[in-house]
Amino acid sequence: MTQISVPWHPKARQVGRSFLPKWLEVLLLKLMGPILICAVIVTCLFVWASNALFLWVQTGLMETANDAALTTYFSGPLTLAEIKTGMPGALAWLAFAIWPLQFPLFRDVISTTGVIIFFTIVPVFAIWWERKVAGRIQSRLGPMRVGKWHGWAQSPADGIKLILKEDLVPDDADRILFRVAPYFAIIPSAAAFLALPFGVTYVFRDLDVSLIFILALLGVEVVAVILGGWASNNKWSVYGGMREACQMISYEIPMGMALLVPVVCVGSLSLMDIGQAQSGGWFSWLAFSNPFAFLAFVSYFIASLASCKRAPFDLPEAESELVAGFLTEYSGFRWALFFFAEYAAMFVVAGVLVIMFLGGWNSPLPLSWGDWVISTIGDNWIAQGINGILFSGPLWFVTKATFFLFVQLWVRWTLPRVRIDQVLYACVQVLLPLTMVLLFGATLWVWASASDSGAWAAVNGVVNVILGLVGVMFVAGFVAIAAYGFYHRRRLVGNLVIDPLPGG
Amino acid sequence: MNVRVKRIFPAAVAMLVGLGSTTLTALAAGSSAPTAAPPGGVLEAIMFYAVAIATVVSALGVCVSRNVVRMAVWLFLTLGSVALLYFLLAASFLGAIQLIIYAGGTLILLVFGVMLTSKSPWVRWEAPKLEVLGAGVVCLALFVTLSLVLCRASWPGAEAALPGAPVADIGRRLLTAYVVPFEVAGVLLMIVMVGAAHLARQEK
Amino acid sequence: MMTIGLSHYLVVAAALFCAGIFTMMTKRNAIGILIGVELVLNSTVLNLVAFACYLYRGAGKVDGQIFAIFVIVLAAAEAAIAVGICINLYKNWWTVDVDKASTLQG
Repeated sequence: MTQISVPWHPKARQVGRSFLPKWLEVLLLKLMGPILICAVIVTCLFVWASNALFLWVQTGLMETANDAALTTYFSGPLTLAEIKTGMPGALAWLAFAIWPLQFPLFRDVISTTGVIIFFTIVPVFAIWWERKVAGRIQSRLGPMRVGKWHGWAQSPADGIKLILKEDLVPDDADRILFRVAPYFAIIPSAAAFLALPFGVTYVFRDLDVSLIFILALLGVEVVAVILGGWASNNKWSVYGGMREACQMISYEIPMGMALLVPVVCVGSLSLMDIGQAQSGGWFSWLAFSNPFAFLAFVSYFIASLASCKRAPFDLPEAESELVAGFLTEYSGFRWALFFFAEYAAMFVVAGVLVIMFLGGWNSPLPLSWGDWVISTIGDNWIAQGINGILFSGPLWFVTKATFFLFVQLWVRWTLPRVRIDQVLYACVQVLLPLTMVLLFGATLWVWASASDSGAWAAVNGVVNVILGLVGVMFVAGFVAIAAYGFYHRRRLVGNLVIDPLPGG
Repeated sequence: MNVRVKRIFPAAVAMLVGLGSTTLTALAAGSSAPTAAPPGGVLEAIMFYAVAIATVVSALGVCVSRNVVRMAVWLFLTLGSVALLYFLLAASFLGAIQLIIYAGGTLILLVFGVMLTSKSPWVRWEAPKLEVLGAGVVCLALFVTLSLVLCRASWPGAEAALPGAPVADIGRRLLTAYVVPFEVAGVLLMIVMVGAAHLARQEK
Repeated sequence: MMTIGLSHYLVVAAALFCAGIFTMMTKRNAIGILIGVELVLNSTVLNLVAFACYLYRGAGKVDGQIFAIFVIVLAAAEAAIAVGICINLYKNWWTVDVDKASTLQG
């Protein structure tokens, strides 16, 4: 490690002076990791507890208070006395807090606030993580200074900076459309989280058509891109916007067709139904049920990369070619809104991938093993918590979706960029016929499986096991390569140069 | 206005708009089981009036705008509001189809058409004022007549909205009773694709 | 007024219809006229869906929605061809002003 010595001017102020006393600063620095982990655990427990509370109010309390018909919005609410009869005796004084929770509108508003908080946190985390992943792939460390532990506060600091930046609107631009375009980008991204189920009871609205709802909202984002490009009155923006719109709508077709393969396997458009159909452990996951579904998993991933204008298909945002594409004239918080929308859409797309192909919120262990836990401990909230961690719960969903978010980041910084005509060639002449064939094949496979033929059941089982083992091989290979890289990291990475701050 | 407030204002407005519209979308997207009746009551009335007023205002915005790109934006808002109306009617599949095909397809086609055929974003062509006035009078008269007729007609059995049908019913009907129009529509779309590709070809 | 009935949705559809006709009558840009056509088709689809959701029962309950799906699909197809025609008009006469597209007149 080379030390660069900088002459220390006697009048220079130390950068990043902190307001805390020195001993507190050292203590916080040592405890930063555990503090962050505790914060994450407390958030998870809080979400679990409030979900359980809402469920209890909705079903248990209303039934105990003998007024099961009171589920309309404003007619005949339960009084405090009736609520107190339904609660356990020791906690009857909390009836004040429980009273507003009986109205579905109130619960909806709280859930919407939670959804919007999650929708804000995911891009903040993803932007920091992308910079760290990009740094590591490029033999450097990424942000390290803001927040002292691997620069974890870089994203919030960037957010604050962007809010305080000057609000620029180009002179000849269409002022109203320029201002309105980021809102058209962020509203569909946020609304997609409403239909995305995180767990069996962790969904804002269990829509009958949630898959098509999410696809529709991802398709509406194209309008924002075109408007942003057009309203900037800048020909590079218009080119970027048009190319981007072209790419996004072209890739929606193979994306939709690849997503129809699990729909055909399960027979429902509802993401909740598809997730629950995969609760039998690793070998019941739809990616391994069918060779067509396995290939559909891969082609959906590629098509979703292009639809999110990510990874090798980010020509419209190419920094070296079109300045910044349709984002050229956007600065400050409007730019941040576009980026929030993009990273949130990446998470939604990864979440849909996980639910449709990889079991959603189910763990690799079959859900039926959870009955053993319930029979041992009893059907109380402790057993449900353990089941949530071991067999089926939102933590599994978030972990898997975050892993695929990581794969999207990884692919971006590994593969070179693809030209626009190659992008459209790949869509129309490769992915579209491929997904058509996959849909056809999957339909025939499911039709054959519906007939009670013993020979076909055997073939189905063998293919299922083979594909499951292929999946296990991929996961094991990933873990092995990551462990090898971590163990030999000093030798493989080379000289990481860290410049000290002046005077530090 | 203080400079700091001015900078935070777009952020606050964005968050409010996002929160409000997502709440509205969610509340409109149907409550519990898909086959439950859309419940009557004050909240449904408020949501219907809000979305209906948004639809009519956006449609009026389309009429009144003088710039074609702004007309397309108002059309996008109209299409989105009509999709919300479909969700309120418990026809959620159709609402999603409206968003995918109309807002995410036809509208983009129209905007591409606008961009490929305009020389500058600020060109305005206006019809003579007399024609606009005449058209306005005729349309207003038509609207008044239609609303009076529709409000006074009595539809037997149409007091409250019926429970929504599950999506599987639509699929089943499409492939059994309406399979011929379904296939003909597919052939028609193929013809349209060929025709559009021919129309947009490069002249050598 | 509190119970939303069929006529509420039909009045909204009528408003959309009249707005679409006004747009078709007063705009000179060909794409503007197309936008008016889209408004009229939207009002039709809203009518169909409202009737389907309020009046029909039994096996034919979703027929209105299926009809609506077909109308939406056909509207998209027709918009595609119409935009192609406008682009050809622009290529040949460098304008999409419909008042100037009068070569076949008279």
